[in-house]
Amino acid sequence: MAGDSKKIHLIITRQKDANSQPYQEEFLVPYRSNMNIISALMEIQKNPVNAQGKESTPVIWESVCLEEVCGACSMVINGKPRQACSSLIDQLQQPIKIAPLSTFPVVRDLMVDRQRMFDSLKKVKAWVPIDGTYDLGAGPRMPENTRQWAYELSKCMTCGCCLEACPNVNDHSPFMGPAPLSQVRLFNAHPTGAMHKDERLDAIMGEGGITTCGNSQNCVEVCPKGIPLTTSIAHLNRQVTLHSFKNFFGNF
Amino acid sequence: MERGKNQHLYRKLHSLSGIIPVGVFLTVHLFVNFTVTWGMDAYNTAANVMVHLPFKYFLEAFIIFIPLYFHAIYGMYIAFQSKNNVGSYGYARNWKFFLQRLTGVITFIFVTWHIWETKVQVEFFGAEANYHLMAGIVDNPISLALYIVGIVGSVYHFANGIWTFLITWGITVSPKSQKFFAIVTFGIFVVLSIIGVRAILGFA
Repeated sequence: MAGDSKKIHLIITRQKDANSQPYQEEFLVPYRSNMNIISALMEIQKNPVNAQGKESTPVIWESVCLEEVCGACSMVINGKPRQACSSLIDQLQQPIKIAPLSTFPVVRDLMVDRQRMFDSLKKVKAWVPIDGTYDLGAGPRMPENTRQWAYELSKCMTCGCCLEACPNVNDHSPFMGPAPLSQVRLFNAHPTGAMHKDERLDAIMGEGGITTCGNSQNCVEVCPKGIPLTTSIAHLNRQVTLHSFKNFFGNF
Repeated sequence: MERGKNQHLYRKLHSLSGIIPVGVFLTVHLFVNFTVTWGMDAYNTAANVMVHLPFKYFLEAFIIFIPLYFHAIYGMYIAFQSKNNVGSYGYARNWKFFLQRLTGVITFIFVTWHIWETKVQVEFFGAEANYHLMAGIVDNPISLALYIVGIVGSVYHFANGIWTFLITWGITVSPKSQKFFAIVTFGIFVVLSIIGVRAILGFA
């Protein structure tokens, strides 16, 4: 039965470790209905034999939630960065080409290290500081219409697709990318978070900050959560313009 | 310069200098050139006014050369920092991003060549700034073709630069306003291209 049933043709860009050269390996995986890229990779894990019938090693990838909310399984599938869990085999053209995100250092095979994004979130202080020695009580309320668009920004899962597609995020550019910038807009919109607005704006006015954006607007095209990243960037451009005028002329 | 604390200021000034004064100067320049379509004498009169403006060297330094070459040299740095990817992401905006960098390089080379053939010849080698100077240059069909490419390239760079300037300074935030100004700046591109190309053909 397994021998003559339908196969899924995968061409995977692999890499043994962080320092070795990438290579391509092809696999033919038995088809079942409703498969996604993760379940296809699990088939390779079960039976690590490549398309030439030679014994290989299981392809390594990273995934957690399997429902497109954690961002861990981002990879380049048929040329576009997206999550493996929500990439359904039935909707993909074969052979399916799978490669790791090129913007991040590869750990092994399809597993990359997205640490630079988390470092950027720390740099821009993408949180609301409330810790202290006594209870601060309830903060100010957020207007409902602000909450509605802010909720869209809060869907960011640090998956890295926007950095992958951005032509200004690369080895010779310090640009932090769209995702952490959009989080600045989110936390500056929060009534309690707004109390630390200036610190976040100062952070994105530093090296690799907001002005390194070149307006290619690829980010908003590839974002799997449909976050209005270019609106966030434009809005922050306005915030930093006003902030720098206040810095220079005085803020009263 | 880039790694320092002033990156933000330099980038904002880079965006601004492309519009004010460089873009405004480009527009005035193309309008003055357009007088050639009314005849050689009309052009010579217009060019004569520009050549005899008071405080000419001051105006040239602060309205043209310093902002122009700040914008050009810093712009080269920005252009070569990007890793263009229109092959993988063929969205219209990404093409415009790529063309902005390509036309930036073209304009840099074209304008430097143009200054050498006109301004430098007039200031240092005794050429006269009139109709015949330009007519002599574009008499050669290759030069004429390069001028047309240079003019259309610079006008594209200026028009698309207005669009990115409006975002960089935080003026157009909503997608609606960005779309509206994409149409407006495309109109500016078409109109200024027609003015510029008709003018250069007036010399040929």
